This record gives sequence, C-alpha cells and structure tokens, in this order.
Amino acid sequence: MFFTEVYKRKLLKIANILMLIVLSLVAVFTSHNAFALDAKEKLALSLGENEARIIALNKVVLKGDAQAMPYLQSLLDDAVKVQGEKLFLVTDEGAKDAVTDAEVTLPEDAEDIVNNNQMRGELEASIAALNLLSKDSATRLEAVKLLQGTEANASRLALIQKAENTESQPEIKSMLGMVRASIELTSDDKAKRLAAAEALSTSANGGIKQMLSARLGADGEKDPEVIAAIQLSLKKIDSHLATYEHIGQIFTGLSLGSILLLAALGLAVTYGLMGVINMAHGEMMMIGAYATFLVQNLFTKFFPEHFGWYLVTAIPVAFVITALVGVVIERTVLRFLYGRPLETLLATWGVSLILMQGVRSLFGAQNVQVENPAWMSGGIEMASNLSLPYNRIYIIVFAVLVLLLMWLMIAKTRLGLFIRAVTQNRSMASCTGVNTAKVDALAFGLGSGIAGLAGVALSQIGNVGPTLGQSYIVDSFMVVVLGGVGQLAGAVYAAMGLGILSKFLEGFAGAVLAKIFILVVVIIFIQKRPQGLFAFKGRQID
Amino acid sequence: MNTRRGFIKSVSIIAASIAMMGMVQIASAADTIKVGILHSLSGTMAISETALKDMALMTIDEINKKGGVLGKQLEPVVVDPASDWPLFATKARQLVSQDKVAVTFGCWTSVSRKSVLPVYKELNSLLFYPVQYEGEELEKNVFYTGAAPNQQAIPAVEYLMSKDGGSAKRFVLLGTDYVYPRTTNKILRAFLHSKGIKDDDIMETYTPFGHSDYQTIVADIKKFAAGGKKTAVVSTINGDSNVPFYKELGNAGLKAKDVPVVAFSVGEEELRGVDAKPLVGHLAAWNYFMSIKNPTNKAWIKQWSDYAKAQKLPTADKPLTNDPMEATYIGIHMWAQAVEKAKSTDTDKVIAAMAGQTFKAPGGFTSTMDPSNHHLHKPVFIGEIKEDGQFKVVWKTKGPVKAQPWSPFIEGNDKKPDHPAM
Amino acid sequence: MQNHYPQLTILERLYPKKGWGMLLGVLAVLCVLFPILNLIVPAGNVLHVSDYTIALIGKMMCYGIVALAIDLVWGYTGILSLGHGLFFALGGYAFGMYLMRQIGLDGSYHSHLPDFMVFLDWKAYPWYWKFTEHFWYVLILVMVVPGVLAFIFGYFAFRSRIKGVYFSIITQAMTYAFMLLFFRNETGFGGNNGFTDFKRLLDIPIATPQMRMTLFVVTALMLIGLLVLSRAIVTSKFGRVLTAIRDAESRVMFSGYNPLHYKLTIWTFSAVICGIAGALYVPQIGIINPSEMSPANSIEIAIWSAVGGRGTLVGAILGAGIVNGAKSYFTVAFPEYWLYFLGLIFILVTLYLPQGVLGLWEKLRFKKQTKTSVEQSTANIENQHD
Repeated sequence: MFFTEVYKRKLLKIANILMLIVLSLVAVFTSHNAFALDAKEKLALSLGENEARIIALNKVVLKGDAQAMPYLQSLLDDAVKVQGEKLFLVTDEGAKDAVTDAEVTLPEDAEDIVNNNQMRGELEASIAALNLLSKDSATRLEAVKLLQGTEANASRLALIQKAENTESQPEIKSMLGMVRASIELTSDDKAKRLAAAEALSTSANGGIKQMLSARLGADGEKDPEVIAAIQLSLKKIDSHLATYEHIGQIFTGLSLGSILLLAALGLAVTYGLMGVINMAHGEMMMIGAYATFLVQNLFTKFFPEHFGWYLVTAIPVAFVITALVGVVIERTVLRFLYGRPLETLLATWGVSLILMQGVRSLFGAQNVQVENPAWMSGGIEMASNLSLPYNRIYIIVFAVLVLLLMWLMIAKTRLGLFIRAVTQNRSMASCTGVNTAKVDALAFGLGSGIAGLAGVALSQIGNVGPTLGQSYIVDSFMVVVLGGVGQLAGAVYAAMGLGILSKFLEGFAGAVLAKIFILVVVIIFIQKRPQGLFAFKGRQID
Repeated sequence: MNTRRGFIKSVSIIAASIAMMGMVQIASAADTIKVGILHSLSGTMAISETALKDMALMTIDEINKKGGVLGKQLEPVVVDPASDWPLFATKARQLVSQDKVAVTFGCWTSVSRKSVLPVYKELNSLLFYPVQYEGEELEKNVFYTGAAPNQQAIPAVEYLMSKDGGSAKRFVLLGTDYVYPRTTNKILRAFLHSKGIKDDDIMETYTPFGHSDYQTIVADIKKFAAGGKKTAVVSTINGDSNVPFYKELGNAGLKAKDVPVVAFSVGEEELRGVDAKPLVGHLAAWNYFMSIKNPTNKAWIKQWSDYAKAQKLPTADKPLTNDPMEATYIGIHMWAQAVEKAKSTDTDKVIAAMAGQTFKAPGGFTSTMDPSNHHLHKPVFIGEIKEDGQFKVVWKTKGPVKAQPWSPFIEGNDKKPDHPAM
Repeated sequence: MQNHYPQLTILERLYPKKGWGMLLGVLAVLCVLFPILNLIVPAGNVLHVSDYTIALIGKMMCYGIVALAIDLVWGYTGILSLGHGLFFALGGYAFGMYLMRQIGLDGSYHSHLPDFMVFLDWKAYPWYWKFTEHFWYVLILVMVVPGVLAFIFGYFAFRSRIKGVYFSIITQAMTYAFMLLFFRNETGFGGNNGFTDFKRLLDIPIATPQMRMTLFVVTALMLIGLLVLSRAIVTSKFGRVLTAIRDAESRVMFSGYNPLHYKLTIWTFSAVICGIAGALYVPQIGIINPSEMSPANSIEIAIWSAVGGRGTLVGAILGAGIVNGAKSYFTVAFPEYWLYFLGLIFILVTLYLPQGVLGLWEKLRFKKQTKTSVEQSTANIENQHD
C-alpha cells in the first residue's frame, strides 16, 4: 500500500522540480501594491528584546506587506548591523543605510544584530507567510511546507486564508488547509476547532502531532467533544507514523549493513582468498578517507566551481592510492609470511600502528574536515518522521556497485581466475605457469583498494581521523568469518543480517546491549558452523 | 636447554634494561623548574588533547621569554600516556618522582584524572586540570580550571527554558556512557524536577564510546519531540561521536529551531573536522569562545597562531582556540603567579598562594581562583554554531560565576564543605 | 628431545644446575636486593632504587605472568588467543571488588557502597558482589572467574574443533563483547572509570612503600613460581602431547589421544594464571577499567611472547619486559614517534626473528660454537599449515 504512496510522492517531487525549472525561466516579477517598511518599523524589528521584536514582526505579517521581505531576509542573513540607533545593510560592495538606502561606509564599531533560534524561526516563518502569495508555485510550496512544521501563529491566519482562496495547485491548497486548521485549533469558535481537529487527522506530521497533543495539556482544550476529536485524530496520525517508522528501521538496518559490507569486502579478498589476517585493513580505509580529503582540498583550490564532483573523482584516486600502499606492504612484509597466518596478524598490527602514527604526523591528530557535496546532504522526505538521507542511499548503491565489480573481477577476469587458482592450490598454480608472486601482490592490492573505497564512503558519514579504521576492524572480521571464508555471497548475507538484526535490537535494548548480543550470537553461531554460513565443500587436512 | 642459555641471556637483558632506566633517572641541570605535561598524543583522546599540549608549551614559552619564574626558566617535560588510563597513573608517577616536576598540567577525561589522583595525593604534588567536568570532587592536590556543572550545564538548560531559548518543556539528555554525562544528567534531572518538569518529559539515553551510528537515536529523538511540547536536546556526547550525531541530525531534517541541541563537549576544535552547515543554530555552553571580541582575546589568538606557524603545527593553517585551551593558559599563568607569590615551588606553599589569584582571561573577564574550593570563578557563555564552525554568543552571565563542585542538586551534598578535606 | 634423559629427577628435568642457580639469583635480586635498595638505602644515594622503578618492574612482572600464560597456549599448544586481556582484567576486577570494599566509608559519599553505586542511586550491592569483602573468597574468585569462563568457552570452541584464525577471532569478539559490557555503568563495575582510589589492602594502607614492596615481592615469587610450574607442565608427558597437538593435531587424534582434554586443560590453566596476574596488577597500578579488555591490548600480549621467543616460557617473560620497557622509554624520549618504534619492532620481529630475541641469541651462539648438539626444539613452532 504505502509503497505506491511513496512512489506517487516521488513522482510529485520530480514534477515539482521540473516545474521549478520551467517557472524560473518564465517567471515575471511584479511588485506588490504595498508599502516598504519605515524607519520606526525597521528599528522595532531589529532592536530590543526578542519578545518586542516578534510583536513587531507579527504586525508586519498582519499587514501582509510583501515589500517587507527584503529587509526580513537581510535580518535573517545576518546582514544588518547597528550603531546606536542607526541600521546598516551589509552588501557585497560595502554598506548601505538601511533606511535611506544611501551608500555609506560601515562604522568600525557597528555591531551585529544577534538573532537566536527563536528569532530566526519567526523570521523564516514570516517570510514564508508572505511568500504564500508569490506568483511562483515552487516558492509557495516551499513556504507552505515550512509553515506546516512551525508553531501556529494567529497573525498569519489572514494571509493563509487569502492564499488558500486564491491557490490553484491542489497539493498546496490542501497543505494550506492543514496549516489553517492548526491555527484554528485555538480558535474561539468551537465548530472551527472541531473541524480543524478532524482535518488534521489525515496528516502524517510529527509537528502536527505535537500541536494536537499540546492541546490536550493542562492549559489546552476544555471542550470534551473537541478533546474526543483530537484524540481520534491523534490515533490516526500515530498509525500513519508507525508505518513509516518500520520502513525507517529497515532502511537504517540496510544502511548499516551496506557499511559493514563495504568494510568487509576488502577483507574478504585479503583474508578470505589469501589467508592474510590484515589487521591494517582498517587503516586502509582510513587512507582511503584521507585520500578523499586530499581530493576535496584540490577541488576547493583549483576547481571550486565543480566542487560537487570531488567525491566522484575521489573514488578512483582512493582506490589507486590504497592499492599501491597495499602492494608495497605485500612486497615488503607479507610475502615473507605466506602460510603463517597468525604471524601476518602480528606484522600487520605493527603496520597499522605505523600507518596511524604516520597520518598523525602528516595531518595532525585532529580529525580533518570532509564536506558532503551538496548532492549528498539532506534526504528524501518520505514523511515528517521518515527522511531517507541521500548519503545513506548513495552508500547502499555504492556498496552494491562495488560488490558487483568485485564479483565480475573475481569470476570473469583472468586475474580473478589466477587469484582463485593460487588460493586453491598455490604450487599447482605455480606449476602451470602462474606468476604467484605477482598474483599475490595484485590480489592484496585489490583488497586494499576496496578498503580504500570503503574509506571514501565512511568519510561521508563519520569522522575522518587517524583512528577511523580501528572501530571497524572487529566488525569486519565478524562479517567475513560469519559469512564463510572466501565467499562473497556469505559476506553479503552476513553484513545485511548483522546490520538489520543490530538495528532491530537497538530499537529496544539500546546500542550497547545490541552490540554485545550480536557478538554473542556470532560466537555461538561459529561454534555451530565453524566454517561460516557458506563453507567450501571438500575436505581439508592439516 | 636452549631455555637455560636463554635464561642467562634474559637475566643479563633484564639487568641491562634496569640499568637503562637508571640512566633515564639521572636528571639534567638543576637551574630550571620542571613542569610536567600529561596529555595523550596518541590514541582516541589525541584529537582533543594534542592542542592542550601545544598550548601549554606556548604558555611556558611565553613565561620563559618574560624571564621565567623565580628567575628560573621553566622546562616542560612532555610525556604521552596514549589515551591509556592505567598508563596515566604510571606516567604521572614518573613525572613526579622521576623527573621531579614541580607541577603537572594535564588530563582530559574524568577517568584519567581519577587514575592519577592517588599518585598526586601520595606524592603530594600538584595537578592542574583544564577541562569541564562533573564535579563531585574536591582534592587538595588538584586545581580545576575548567567548569563545574553549575558553570556550564545549569545555565545552558536555564537558557533553553527561557523564552529566548525557545521555552523548552521536554528534554532529551543524551550522552556517552561515562561518569561526566551520567553525573551531569543526574544533576540536570534534579534541576528540571525543581523547575516542575516531570520524568515523562525527560528522555535519558547513553551511547558507548566511539559510537558512530546515530540513526536509531535520531529517530527516537524525532519521535519524542512529537510528543506534545517544545523539546530540546542536552548533549554530553564525547569526542568523535559528535560528528556522526550532528550529520545524522542534519540529514534527518531536525533543525535547530525545532529541536535545539545544546552541547557541553563541542567546541571550536571539535568542529574542525565538521562541515558545520547542518549544525547552524545548535548551541554550546562554555566559559570561552574564540569569537568573543576583546583586545585580550585578539592578542591571545594572534599569539597562538604565530606560535602554531613558528612550530609548524599541522593545524597551523587554521589555528583555533577553545575553552580547555583557555583554561590551560589561565592555569599555567596562575600557577606561575602563585609560585612568585610563594617564592617557592613547594606544593603546600603554592596551594596557599593560589587562593584568590586573579588573571585577565581571554574570555574578557578577570578569572579568580576561589579562596577555598580550588575552582575558578568563570563567566558562562552560550553560543550558536555558525557556518564557519565558530560560535555566535547569544547569551552570557553578567559576570564570573562561583563554582559549586558539590552540586546542591545531588542528595547529601549540602553537608559537604566547600574546601578540600585535609 | 626430553626423553633422552628419562632417569632425571624432576628438578633436573626442569632446569640444569646453572639454570636453577640463575633462577635463585634472580629471586634473590627481586626479593632481597630490591627491597633493601628501595626501602633501606636512602633516596639520593646512587644505589637507591626509586619507587617509580619498583612500580615499573612490578607492572612488568605482572605482564610477564600474562606472557607466560599466552606462551603456554600459543607457543606450546598452537592456540593463539586474542582474548587473554579479558582473563587478566577479570582477575583484576575480582580483586578490585575486594579493594573497593576495603575503602569502607572513606569514599566521596561516605557510604558503605562504592561511589559509583551511590551515584547510580543503588541502595545495596548486587548479588555478584556478595562476600567480596572476604579476602579469601576473593582470592578464589580471582582464579575461578577467568577459569570458569575459559572452561566454558574453550569447551564449546574446542569441541567444535575451531582452531587457528577462527579461534583467534572469536576470542577477540569475546573480549570485545565483555569490554562493551563492562563499559556500561549499569553492569555494576563502575563503567568506564572502573575501580580506582583504593585505600587499603587487608586493612593496611595501600599507598605506602612497605605495602608496595610487599606486593612487589609477592609478584616476583608468583612469577618465578609460575614459571617453574609451567616449565614442569611443558616438560611432562602432558606437555609433549600439547606440543604434538600444536604440530599435527590430526595425528595426535589418530594415535588415540583426545586433544579436547589437553587443550581445555592448558587453556583453562592459562586463563587462571592471567587472572592471578590481573589481581597482582590492580593494587600496584591503582586502577582497573574496561580498556584492559580492548582487543588491542590482547594483541599486544601475543606480541610480547612473539618478541621474546615463543615456546620458551622465559622468552615470553623477557618479551613482556622488552616491549614494555621500550614503551615506557620511548613514550618519554620520543612521545610523538614511539608508535613507529613499536610498530617496527612488531614487523621486524615477525620477519627476521621468528624465534624471538631468544632465538636470535641461540643463532648467534650456534654460529660461535658449531660443535654442540643444538636442539631443534623451537624450530618448528608455527609449521601448521591449516
């Protein structure tokens, strides 16, 4: 059921974006027939206690004066400064007198006008209310969306009603109706309150739920009939919300699973296929993340206009850098240790210490800043209580792609064939002319490179610092061991299973107990199936 | 049989290593005053503590350039306890009994302080602790230059409950599971009760150290916030976990004006690794912000950035100052003043001389060491995060606030004396 | 091989005369000379051994016991545990409970409960704290808790024939899970802060030179005693079966032995030793907290024995001393670079000294005097190709 609804919403979203483009091409701006703010009003808006400023603001909104918007916007952008009773607008060129618009130089001691959260919220809502009458439907939609989440304010009622009457878009109109209802919830007219309570029942919005439940409080609704209506509406909203909550839970599980998978894939090659216990695997991810950081810095320096592309560029760069580091480690350390898995553990632990400290010496012990490109920030709002963040969606997609490429590489290419051959029988492979040394180096490089790719993904959701890799090492070993050594499919099932199970447990047991429980499950599971979910068929002898 | 030979060898190696330790023991020339610096330079806490080590070195440098203390130069002894709490104790003992330092500046986490405490008590040496902490402690051998809960947590929550702060009536107390968040939240809960807020309107959640997946918690906060009243989050999340938390908040569409988050462990240095755009408007409470405008602060920031450049610190291209750095700076200066006053580095004399010391702090006020309780009187600022990772001060106390290490909101504390037990 | 000398008495079997002499010498240095140099020779005298040195060596001796424990399971039986930090910490916690009870009413809150319980609003001790005020009970606990845990864990693991890397990784998961559990404040072990601020042991103030020296001597006696005991185990028939399991477990099975019993016994014994080390460590260091259970610590433990030389017992102790000595030297001398040194030590030792420092010593001797019948004892420690 709800999936079709989701789908519809998405379509609507795309339609809206298209409309925005079309409209912005043909938009014609005409000024409203109204008055700009006078000096006194501007001062009242800008100075004094917040409470007084908000009263002044409400007055402006009540007038429905669209001319006030530019000044409100400047206030919101922190572009207004004050010296004594004189207001200045800071512009790109210099400064203007806020009242006369004359070019002036900004006095040294001009102070910022401080807007705190409350003030900013009010300003945003007021601008939105004034925007409701905009010619541009995208602006109107944006405005009404913003108003839906904010506290009801009676001074905006007139504007909202006016907008509702003239609105042509059914979607915006219905949303306006909701906003109006949420204001009318406190109306003096009982019939209006009743109607409002009923109208709000169709929403799936936490903000509206909050409003309704607030009315049930001590200084809220007194009329039993209205109270009953509110309670009924609340129940309906709750059931809407619950559905999305479940989707959200599954999504977070998948998202965690995909991160685990990315972290474990590289290990599946180095450990699963080659039998090297690479304790420096986490540090490979860290190097991948730092490579992303470097690419980002190059972009801000040389191509700031294409900043959004830095992440895409970082993918191959990180792969190549970490793969090279991997090859170097393999050639200098690991190649002497094949067949002695436990010793690779110790040596790579030493490598990991050196890599961590190396990064500390180069970049400092502090975390470095990796910015999300614009297309990674924000999310698809499925409902007010469920938004699917873009970064998580992209990471799931990315994990699938990496998995696919890796599978192709191992199953379909010549190198993959060699890797499998060397894994299964080193001496036989060598006899048939496979250069095992080269294959070892390449395979370890591949595993490390994939860890680097995981690092690119991790840089988008968490910290990039010298200890980034440490927190994933136990988890990724769990995934590989649980999945069955040398099995990609096993790793996928294990990662997704662990991800969803741990998010499900976290829901009621809390993060710590969930994690402990998962570890216990893994330990018990391995007792039962020592070779993991998917084991190699065949016999082994020691 | 090879074991036997090994044995002989091993004994000689043990002997050699003991001899080596003896070598370390032989101290260098005596015409300096040694000062210990005990901050983690590796491990998980390096992210926060490295800057304090550098700040301490800068301050010592500054004092030395002005002629040192009692006519002697200060000689810093830097050790790395590697974010390993038992190692803190070992290193502290080494600094005091081996290197004979007159004073130690160090520690960040409460557990590291607790771990070194017995050492300082036993050897009767001095520790200056520069970080905001949970209180519930008052030791003769420690001076606390960071904030006690009433100098940070309570003013912040009062602000959230005020009209300006959004009149919050419902609180999420979110923290990392260790003693500082636990105690702070205990105090805050009692404080909220005293303001008439019921347990139903308080949600208390803890995450483990290094927790990085805040999806579930943010969803819970969202759900809780839809429960009827204006909600605010009080975050005592520690260190690295802040970035994933704020990123998740931003992506989930929880804006500061809907659900403001006030944090006690997020400062300029923590925001260095963060794209601050999604955090704009969230709050932090501290006794100092880099963005505070006054000549002392301006000069101090300049001094720090010059020092960072001169020393080629990895952070030199974006030097930042923050509250614990200010506390370190104040602490070292106050200690130097007290030594001058006492004309000795003897622990007991310095402790006596510390009482009532004043120092014009970069925060814009004159910080005073309380005559009895070993804590500073400090101003409290509340700042909103700006896009550039700096803070905009939206509220501040009229003047410095006296610390209450024993919070009156915890049962039984009213009987505790406001001075260390002798 | 050992069975060349079937007629030897047990003492002769363990060490030759010279070895016993050295052993007694070390014992005398640790238990007689050090106390004199520390307590009687005044500070300032060239011969004075500082409290700091005593504390440091005391700590290293505790680590030495742990290294001994891991050498028994890894060096002799081929089971690499990455979870020995857990047994160490459990012993420490068990003893820490007693030390916490000894604080009595002297805590910050002057309650009969430890501060952290007061602060969680607990009114009484939870059940697992019962009787921990009794010294003898706690001494049993120190050995029983790690022992029982190891027994249960080992029973299931060895029965399912989990070995090699798999075993290492699940031991790592085990210690990690316990670390998380102990980090929780509700678990009742003080959360992240763990136990600290101890005041007394057996009602005697703990922060005195005499008490420290007593603990030091007890640790020294324990170390030497356990070394001899372990040596007795590995040179016995039981020990030879262990070595056989290490080198070819299947063949041992085909010969009619059940490896489960052997592995389980040595594994549990090893855990008990670790518990004892932890119990000795806590009063000397003054703090026990969950970071002792972190997987990184357990890996380091394995590295101590690798550095010293696996399958030599005394080498493991030596390794613990070398690594920790280097650590405490480098963290002062080169605080910013010490991790490079530590990392390099691990790499170089695995690459070039597969038999550890002792192996190097043997090699050098071998070059010098080629004639003696050098035993091949440690040659094939890690030749199990799984």
